[in-house]
Amino acid sequence: MDIIVCIKRVPQTAEADVTIDYTGKEIEKDRLSFDMNESDSYALEEAVLLKEKFGGEITVISLGHQDTEDTLRIALAKGADNAIRIKAEDFDELDGYKTAQIIKASISDLNFDLIFTGCIATDDAYSQVGVTLAELLDIPHASLVIFIDTSEKRAHVHRELEGGLMEHLDISLPALCTIQTGINEPRYASLIAIRRAAKKEIKVLGKEEIKDENILLNTQIEELFIPPKTKEVEFLTGSPGESAGKLANIFKEKGLI
Amino acid sequence: MNFELTNDQKMLQSEVRKFAENELAPLAPEIDISGEFPKESIKKLAELGLLGIFIPEKYGGSEFDFVSLAIAIEEISRACASTGVIVAVNNSLCGYPILQFGTEKQKQKYLPLLSSGEKIGAIGITEPNAGSDVASLESTAVLDGDHYILNGAKRFITNGTEAGIFIVFAYTNKELKHKGISAFIVDRDTPGFSLGNHENLMGIRATGNCELIFEDCKIPKENLLGEEGQGFYICMNTLDVSRIDIGAQAVGISQAALDEAVKYSKERVAFGKPICKFEMIQNMLAEMATQIHAARMLVYYSAWCKDAGIKRFSKEAAMAKYYAANIAVDVTRKAVQIFGGYGYSKDYTVERLYRDAKILELYEGTSEIQKVVIASELLR
Repeated sequence: MDIIVCIKRVPQTAEADVTIDYTGKEIEKDRLSFDMNESDSYALEEAVLLKEKFGGEITVISLGHQDTEDTLRIALAKGADNAIRIKAEDFDELDGYKTAQIIKASISDLNFDLIFTGCIATDDAYSQVGVTLAELLDIPHASLVIFIDTSEKRAHVHRELEGGLMEHLDISLPALCTIQTGINEPRYASLIAIRRAAKKEIKVLGKEEIKDENILLNTQIEELFIPPKTKEVEFLTGSPGESAGKLANIFKEKGLI
Repeated sequence: MNFELTNDQKMLQSEVRKFAENELAPLAPEIDISGEFPKESIKKLAELGLLGIFIPEKYGGSEFDFVSLAIAIEEISRACASTGVIVAVNNSLCGYPILQFGTEKQKQKYLPLLSSGEKIGAIGITEPNAGSDVASLESTAVLDGDHYILNGAKRFITNGTEAGIFIVFAYTNKELKHKGISAFIVDRDTPGFSLGNHENLMGIRATGNCELIFEDCKIPKENLLGEEGQGFYICMNTLDVSRIDIGAQAVGISQAALDEAVKYSKERVAFGKPICKFEMIQNMLAEMATQIHAARMLVYYSAWCKDAGIKRFSKEAAMAKYYAANIAVDVTRKAVQIFGGYGYSKDYTVERLYRDAKILELYEGTSEIQKVVIASELLR
C-alpha cells in the first residue's frame, strides 16, 4: 500500500505572544519555534501503521522553505521512505487552492493508494488543501477521519462530527483522508532512525520541475490583525473573604447595589 | 568556525525536547516528592536509544557523538533533573569506561545490556571517608585464584537501587598509592554484594541513590576493567567525559528556571504593571540568559574537544562543569527571587530547580576540585 502524506511546517503559536509583521498580512515568525503541524503528525503515524501492516512505501511531501527539510527528515526518521520539498520560495502568495494545485502537479508521477493530510493546519486553519486536492485528483475523500481500516481496494473510515456524532463510510481506493488528532499515538523517532534519516536525500522540486502553468491564487489576505481589547477582565485575588469584599466594592462603584 | 548543529543533532534535539516535555516533565514534581525511580520513563528512553547515545551500533548503541550527548542530557534535565542524571550515569559513568577500557568480551557482554536498558549502569567511587580525595578510598580487592575478593562500602551512588552493572574502584595494592587502585565491573547478583541505606537527598531525589556494601564479594578475574593499577587513570578519564554531562545537566536545569522566570514575570502584576517591566527584574533575566549561553558554549566546546579526538580536555571539561554548576545555582536562585514568596512554595517548579541545582557543585568533583584540575593544567 503506497501512501502520500502531505505535511506542513507551522509556527508554534499556542503559548507564544503573536505579533503582526510590517506587511500587515503575516505574523512575526523570527522568534517562534516551528514543528510539524499537529494533525499532520497523526496522518504520518497512521500511514506508518498501515505500512507496518500491509507494506508499501510512504512519500512525505511539503510545500515550504529550506528549513522545512528538517521537518521532512523527522518524518523520514519516523518511518517515511521518501521525502519531497516543493520550494515555497518559487511561488509567491499561497492559499489552500493554489497549494493543492501545486501538490497535485508535484505528485503526478507517483503511484498511491491513499493520500493523508492533517485535518487542519494550526497556522491558517483553512482545512482546504486535503479536500481540494482530492477534488483536483478526482478521487473520493473523507475528512476528519478518526479510524481507518483498509483492504486492497476499499477503505472503511470513521468520521468525527460535531455534537459527538460519528459517521461510518466505505470508500473506494485510491482516496484521500484528512486525519483528525487522536486517531493514534504518534511515535517519537529513535536515535538510530534519526541518524539514518539525516543522511537521506530529500528531493527538491522548483517551479521549473512543476509543469502546470495554470496555477491560480483564489484568495488574497487583505489584513491580519489582533482584535483590539473590548473588555477588561480583572482577577480578584486574596482569601475568599477579601475577594468577596473587593467584589462588593466593585458592585457599589458601578451602582449595582 | 561553525556554531550550527548538524542535521542529526538538530533532529535529536527536537525529538528529545518533545519527548521530555510530554513524557518526563509531567512526572518530575511527583517523583521529586516520592523519590521513586522513574522506571517507565527509563524504559521509554531506552527504546529511543538514549541509554547508549555514543555507544557504537555494533554494541546496541545509537552511535551519536558527544555534542549530541550534551544536547540530549540538557533537554532531559530541563524537564527532569533526576532523569537527566540517571541517563548521564548510564551513558558516561558506566558505558564509557567499559567502551574505552573494556576487553572485546566485556564490551560485547555489557554494552548491549546498558544500551537497551535491560540493565542500568552505576559507578562506585565515593566512600564514607573518601570523596574529593579519591586516593584515600578504603575498599580493597585481593586476588584469590580466579576471583578478586572485594571488601568495602560506597556512598551516594546514583542509580544504586536499580542498577545491574556497577563500575567499582578498590585498592589492589595500597602501597602504590593511587597507582594501586583498580576498576572492576560488578554484577548486581555477585555474592557478597548488597545495598545499604537509601540516601534521602535535598534534590535529584528520584535517582535511586544509595550505599553499596561489599563483604567478601567474589568478583571473577575477567571482570577487572583495564589493568591492575589502572583504576585511578580510568576514573579520571571517565570523569572528564561525565563532566560534559553534568555541565549539560546544569544548562538544562538553568534553562528551565529561565523559561519559568520569563513566563512568570510577564504574568505577575505588581505596582500596576507586569513585573518584567521593572529594570531590576530585567537585570536578573538578562544576567541569567547570558550565564546560560556562556555555560552552554563551554559545555558544547568540551564535548567538541572529545569528538575532535583531542586527547587531553580535562581543563575544558572541568571549566564547563565548574562554570555551568556555578551559574545553575545562581540562575535558579534568581528564578526563585523573581517568583518571590511563590518561588519558595513546592507548588512552583523553581523551588525544585533550586534544590536540584545544588548537587551540581558537589558531585563528579566539587567545584573546588574542578578549579584544582584547571589550575594544575595551567601550572604544568
